[in-house]
Amino acid sequence: MTVESTAARKPRRSSGTKRASAKRTPQPQSSDPQLVQLLSPEGERVEHPEYRIDPTPDELRGLYRDMVLTRRFDAEATALQRQGELGLWASLLGQEAAQIGSGRALRDDDYVFPTYREHGVAWCRGVDPTNLLGMFRGVNHGGWDPNSNNFHLYTIVIGSQTLHATGYAMGVAKDGADSAVIAYFGDGASSQGDVAESFTFSAVYNAPVVFFCQNNQWAISEPTEKQTRVPLYQRAQGYGFPGIRVDGNDVLACLAVTRSALERARRGEGPTLVEAFTYRMGAHTTSDDPTKYRADEEREAWEAKDPILRLRRCLEREGHADEAFFAALDEESEALGKRVREVVRAMPDPDPMAIFDHVYADGHTLVDEERAQFAAYQASFVDTDTTGTASAAEGSK
Amino acid sequence: MTVQKLPIAKAINESLRKALDTDPKVLIMGEDVGKLGGVFRVTDGLQKDFGEDRVIDTPLAESGIIGTAIGLALRGYRPVAEIQFDGFVFPAYDQIVTQLAKMHARALGKIKMPVVIRIPYGGGIGAVEHHSESPEALFAHVAGLKIVSPSTASDAYWMMQQAIQSDDPVIFFEPKRRYWDKGEVNTEAIPGPLHRARVAREGSDLTLAAYGPMVKVCLEAAAAAEEEGRSLEVLDLRSMSPLDFETIQASAEKTRRLVVVHEAPVFFGSGAEIAARVTERCFYHLEAPVIRVGGYHSPYPPARLEDEYLPGLDRVLDAVDRSLAY
Repeated sequence: MTVESTAARKPRRSSGTKRASAKRTPQPQSSDPQLVQLLSPEGERVEHPEYRIDPTPDELRGLYRDMVLTRRFDAEATALQRQGELGLWASLLGQEAAQIGSGRALRDDDYVFPTYREHGVAWCRGVDPTNLLGMFRGVNHGGWDPNSNNFHLYTIVIGSQTLHATGYAMGVAKDGADSAVIAYFGDGASSQGDVAESFTFSAVYNAPVVFFCQNNQWAISEPTEKQTRVPLYQRAQGYGFPGIRVDGNDVLACLAVTRSALERARRGEGPTLVEAFTYRMGAHTTSDDPTKYRADEEREAWEAKDPILRLRRCLEREGHADEAFFAALDEESEALGKRVREVVRAMPDPDPMAIFDHVYADGHTLVDEERAQFAAYQASFVDTDTTGTASAAEGSK
Repeated sequence: MTVQKLPIAKAINESLRKALDTDPKVLIMGEDVGKLGGVFRVTDGLQKDFGEDRVIDTPLAESGIIGTAIGLALRGYRPVAEIQFDGFVFPAYDQIVTQLAKMHARALGKIKMPVVIRIPYGGGIGAVEHHSESPEALFAHVAGLKIVSPSTASDAYWMMQQAIQSDDPVIFFEPKRRYWDKGEVNTEAIPGPLHRARVAREGSDLTLAAYGPMVKVCLEAAAAAEEEGRSLEVLDLRSMSPLDFETIQASAEKTRRLVVVHEAPVFFGSGAEIAARVTERCFYHLEAPVIRVGGYHSPYPPARLEDEYLPGLDRVLDAVDRSLAY
């Protein structure tokens, strides 16, 4: 390599880096034929040649209620974190349509493998929202029974659950059942090797799994173009199964597309990748500061496409909901917020001996030994400080 | 016929066959485990007899193997996943340590993870890099996993039966250079517990504690020492997690001298853990510090050097001499 050629390449590299923030991936428009949309941001129905949905007014109101209550729960959790009741919260603000649309496409016997942000999907599965808060308060690492609602535990390490979903789906197929499995993940996770391996395994075994990628544009501070040079839904093609991009802020499109992908899985036609094109309106978590890396204008542009607002416009336009409906829902929301607040504040710290619980199903001599040592150590204090702990907890209320 | 003389590889094969036969939820999965029967033929003939649905040739992706095994276990299956060689386990390390080991606790006991991971391990076969390692300590350090390694054909058969029946994830380290060593297997004898150590040879002057491929070396060392008038006890630990300290402690208190032998590097190895705990438990019984014999703090060397790297008869006897000199 000559000196000249190196020099010639350098400026191109550095200017590319500088311009990266300005050169965002073009945003798909409603007219984009690659983006399935059934409800415009103005709340008008959009025809699509392949995907149709004809929900009853009841169903429309139900979807609206799901999204409103999910957002209210999410806001309450953020507030509880700010009040010190939770250590952390990962808000789903802005992703309600993607989660409620896909969540309501599921049958009871289907199985969900979530990340740590699928509060809306949990809601659809009938998981008590307060169950989700234990891990964020720091009293457990999840702890719910995944099999009660076919909703697996939140998975924090990015992308790992896509393989669990694939294995579970392989088992469904072995059982001869016609259930389907859905794996949630994000644009950041799409870079993980486990996600690539789950695509490979599910394609090779024709596993009944839907990969539901919420592309919310940001993996903490990294925009999607730091993860991919092609639209994410196109990744599926290389693995030999279909990929579809859907307007992730359109609950009807998310419902229709997910339902179709699930039906395909049930028919034994294998996996589908759904890329729900949406936006993380809030921070990555309550510990994050998005002002460090993204512009207010971007958020404002997405606010105009708000998933709840557009369904409200539709309900009003089509005359399916009146003031009484919205007022009653407001009341229900506040009641939910209050209940969540009360349950979280009353959530006790676990007993210290819980450290040794459930490490193994069949027991382990070392765990038994350490449990006994720890118990003896605890008992060696003449005066335990339970009163001190209790008064400190009261002081924080 | 209930008593057969089998090589260790065949004993594992028979054990897997029995598990597939008796429990429809048992699955075998891994790279080349089907038609080929595995690169060591441990799964030979199983796919032919139980079908591709139960003996699954997987894509070449270790994290994918363990990740999907977890999913299958969540669905109620009992997967036995093979990692082809010790040094290939690391792409799956994240799934094993981060997911498999912790899922039961994460669910507060509401789900179980009956997954067996078979790993042919250790050196002595003249292989290229990544085919001769002993990573057991890296897994024994992780709560939620159980770690075992048989040294005899009988244990290979029965410990595999017990590992598959376990509701906890078990990493089953198979001493690959002993695969063709034969031993008697009684397929109807009631086995002892999975996680108990075994006194492989009784002695009174010093205890050699080993597992997997090193048990044979220690037995040979004990036989050689006997000619010099020394009586060595040999423990086959069988399980690294949990470790059977009752048996180790009883032996150490009896002989008052302990040498721990493994192929894995000595530094931060299982010998270090055993030495520390024996010191805590029977300090006043010991006549000498616990001595460790094992691999060095270097990458596993090229095959032409492995005889120097691996503990052999002379290095074990050298450690015995050093212990007895106290």
